[in-house]
Amino acid sequence: MIVIGALVAVCAGLVWRRDGIDGVLKIFTHDLWLFGEIIPRVLAGCLLGAFIAEILPHDKVSRALGPNSGLKGLLIGTAFGAILPGGPFTAYPVAAALLTVGADFGATIAMVVSWTLIGYGRAVAWELPILGTEFTLWRIVISLPIPVLAGALGRFVFVRMYPKGEPS
Amino acid sequence: MNISALIIDITLWGSVAVLGFMAWQRGRVVLVSSLREGSMDFINIVPRIALGVIGSGYIAAVIPPEVITGWLGPDSGWFGVVTAVIAGAATPGGPVVGFSIGAVALKVGGGPPQVIAYVVAWALFAFQRMILWEIPFMPVRFVWFRAAVSLPFPFLAAAIAMVIGKP
Repeated sequence: MIVIGALVAVCAGLVWRRDGIDGVLKIFTHDLWLFGEIIPRVLAGCLLGAFIAEILPHDKVSRALGPNSGLKGLLIGTAFGAILPGGPFTAYPVAAALLTVGADFGATIAMVVSWTLIGYGRAVAWELPILGTEFTLWRIVISLPIPVLAGALGRFVFVRMYPKGEPS
Repeated sequence: MNISALIIDITLWGSVAVLGFMAWQRGRVVLVSSLREGSMDFINIVPRIALGVIGSGYIAAVIPPEVITGWLGPDSGWFGVVTAVIAGAATPGGPVVGFSIGAVALKVGGGPPQVIAYVVAWALFAFQRMILWEIPFMPVRFVWFRAAVSLPFPFLAAAIAMVIGKP
């Protein structure tokens, strides 16, 4: 957070030197609007994450998505990421909730990467109209194996980095 | 644009209502404790989202999209892939900016494998999404781990694209 704050301060300083105080204020008011628009969705995402953490049974999740869930767990994570509705305000709280109820890094990586690479929401809303059907489909087909591979690589590295489990 | 935002909000709050109902069926205590949990998460995250939203606007203003497009010139081969991956991670703004830059690169003669690498790298590493969303919500250790593990994949996507070619 401190690093990001410092980076923001430096960039705001650069904008101020280039565009003066007007430039700084223009970005500020624009982003304040954006913030107001986003904030209810963030609340919805947080509630969604909390409900999922409360409702999903811990033992079932760790069996389906835990460290010993094998390829099946990675595939479940991938499928879940691909069909998850909403935007980043749902994907990340839900992924964090899965981590707390027993999913491992591998399955959660598969879910997050799948949401960002093959999730239909962004592809339909933005990629199809801008980049065209042919390119988008080609790109998605090439991306299909990536979530499972990233999750598998994540597991492979994780057990070697933390042989005794994740340090708290 | 407004209709899709409306659909997002309806599905989002609809899912909240359905899951809330399921929690309520487990008993009032479950509902109340998860509502409290979610609200606490929300309160903790708001300042970070505020810094992310307002801050990334300044970072984006310092990195104009023209710079990114320049990196994605009609440069083929693996050097082009490497610059495409860096460009993808450095692209500010939301999906419109990322995909538009990809479209421009295709039009001005960028190679499809390089554009694939760009779009995949943008999806995996776009700094603004990581600062604004991933770091506030996820454990920081997970975010770095996820990013490190994802590093080979834009290159893999470009390699597949080079082998199978464009249809």
